[in-house]
Amino acid sequence: MHETMVAQSIFETIVGQANEHKARAVEAIISCGQFNPINDEVLNFAFDLLAKGSVCEGMKLHIKHIPLSAVCKECGKKFDYDVYKPGCPDCNSMEFDFKEDAPLLLEDIELELIDK
Amino acid sequence: MKISLNKKILDKNEECALQNSEFFADNNIVCLNVISSPGSGKTTTLSRTILDLNGEVKIAVIEGDIRTDTDAQKIRATGANAVQIETKGSCHLSAQQVSGALTAIPAAEMDVIFIENVGNLVCPSDFALGEDLRVVVLSVPEGDDKPIKYPGTFAKADVILINKIDLIDYIDFDLERVIADIRAVNDKAEMFQLSATTGQGMENWYGWLKSKMNQS
Repeated sequence: MHETMVAQSIFETIVGQANEHKARAVEAIISCGQFNPINDEVLNFAFDLLAKGSVCEGMKLHIKHIPLSAVCKECGKKFDYDVYKPGCPDCNSMEFDFKEDAPLLLEDIELELIDK
Repeated sequence: MKISLNKKILDKNEECALQNSEFFADNNIVCLNVISSPGSGKTTTLSRTILDLNGEVKIAVIEGDIRTDTDAQKIRATGANAVQIETKGSCHLSAQQVSGALTAIPAAEMDVIFIENVGNLVCPSDFALGEDLRVVVLSVPEGDDKPIKYPGTFAKADVILINKIDLIDYIDFDLERVIADIRAVNDKAEMFQLSATTGQGMENWYGWLKSKMNQS
């Protein structure tokens, strides 16, 4: 994934929301799928650089890696597919029917109103 | 205060991709985003496809490279329209670049538009360009470990062309492993073994392409 581009995109959205509500941002929940994975460390590094001195400074990013639901073509087992250990947990087969992979989303943000 | 957004993160690219996709639909064009390593034979495959389907299918190509218009020149040598995007360092094409390139060719008159992405098995797969279908080219000399090393790219393919198949007797390339590794991330993609240089197996790819034109 292009973590710096992702960081820039979520930073702009969060700053917009924070300014609109006259607030500072405290945390955000981001989710990604198995085939568009985010590297948490790189995203946090890039985001922290952008956030410095802004309403996002010190924010916590929660990055959810959403499992991909798969059904084994061999034994019918339904399981959460993990790209790093893809075999069927019951029979080790490597052929599956997949559900749709999760998109890259900025789900929620938590804001804290700035005291006047 | 919690605010629920559920907003797509690369939304600027996604919005532009949607506009491109509407343009293709409105003009009955099948657009294919072609992704592979550098040197897999994307341009050779497209050139041969254009020549073999000459008179039957109107094809134009949008070329993406970091530098030079070498590939666009190769496509133009077939008589087809081509436009080169020089990304000047960027490792993938964006929907905005494609949108600009579409104005440089008589795009609306085409049956098929190929977008040949920058040679790279990583980044292009994360950026929708508005294409109807995604083609991944894997060539035999690259080695049989590519699908397992770059699962995201192979997972999102609609068709996978295993190119330079004429070299399989000379190179340590386990075709069965490649097919199994592709199936472990992609249960739907069509796979064709072919050689754009010798022409071996190309008719299966053309048949697939024409079947997609009939659906559009």
